[in-house]
Formats: sequence, C-alpha cells, structure tokens
Amino acid sequence: MIQAPDLPTWAAIVVGLLVFGGAAITLLGAAGLLRLHSFYERVHAPTLGATSGMAAILAGSALCFSVLQTRPVIHEILIALFVTLTTPVTLMLLARAAIYRDRSEANAGVPPDPESGDSQPER
Amino acid sequence: MTMLLLALTITASQILLGLAMGCAVFRMLRGPRAQDRILGLDALYLTAMLLLVTYGIQTGRTLYFEAALVIGLLGFTGTVALGRFLMRGEVIE
Repeated sequence: MIQAPDLPTWAAIVVGLLVFGGAAITLLGAAGLLRLHSFYERVHAPTLGATSGMAAILAGSALCFSVLQTRPVIHEILIALFVTLTTPVTLMLLARAAIYRDRSEANAGVPPDPESGDSQPER
Repeated sequence: MTMLLLALTITASQILLGLAMGCAVFRMLRGPRAQDRILGLDALYLTAMLLLVTYGIQTGRTLYFEAALVIGLLGFTGTVALGRFLMRGEVIE
C-alpha cells in the first residue's frame, strides 16, 4: 500500500521526519516492554510511545492536513488531549494494583512504602 | 519523487509500529503475571491507535481518525476496568 498525500517538498520532509521519528520512539518503548526485567521497570517503557511518539505522529498528521486544508485538525487535538489525560491515570492505577497484589502475597522486589518512613518493604 | 519518498517513509513507520505491536503482543501473551498482560494490552491499543493515524495520513480519509478517537476512549475504559479488577476483585461495586 504505497501511497502518500500530495504535499509541497518542505511539508513532506517535516511530515516524514515527524511520523518516522514518532514510530521509532514508539518502537523503542515497546522494546523496553520486551527487555526490562521487573514489572515496575516495565511500567515506564510504553509511556515513551504514549507521550513523545504520540505527540510526534499527531503533529505530523496535523501539519499534513493543515497544509492540504482538506479537513479541520480537531481529531488530532482531541486524541492528544484524551491520551495525555488518561495514560497517567491508567498506569498509576495499574501500578497501585500491582503493588497491592505483591504486598498481599509478600513477594520480593516490591518498592518501599514512602508513607511508612522506613526504606524496607513491609513484611 | 517527493511523494514516493514520503510514501516509503510512511510505510516504514507503519512497519516500525507493527513491530512495536508485536512486542506488546508478546508481553500480553507471555507476561508472567496479570499486571504485565494488562500493561501489554495498554501498549497494544495505543500503538494500534498510532498506526491508524498513519493510515489516515496515507489515505487522507477522516474515517481512520474517528476510529483512532474511539480506540483512545474505549482503551482507557478497558485498562481502568482491568486495573480495578486486579485491585478489588470486581469491576462495579
């Protein structure tokens, strides 16, 4: 499926760089998901794609359709807003659930509780 | 010439995003515990959303962007529901 929008040269260069850069950053984050060893390290990795990769690809898309003037770029703004608002909420919730599970099963490698004051994990 | 280069670049980005989805699927299928699987699912839907946006740039159709918007909304709900399930053992209290 080789196809592209008919853009002027400068816009094509910028859009290509933004889209390719965003895809490469997202792949880096996903490779971190594959390679890191514990869950608490892995939970950081996909946020690379959720912030920088998402922003670069959506900026490329917004620039492309601003130059073409075929449609307003409201979708990009809405997607960026949703992802920026929801990713921290979901990952915090997931990390809290993982800490709760690990503590209740007394597993090794649980991060220490900052509210209890000591550096040793509970139990 | 410029169009061909841009088309090749967008196709290469789609391949990279597909590889990223492969990594997320691996973590979803292999992840040692349930939270790893949910993290893989979260990364999977985010990458799929970005892939749909690149398809939208390629074809210029609005349909892909609306699909990406719906995935962004529903994926959030799904991950929050699964996270709550891990925490409490039930989704709706």
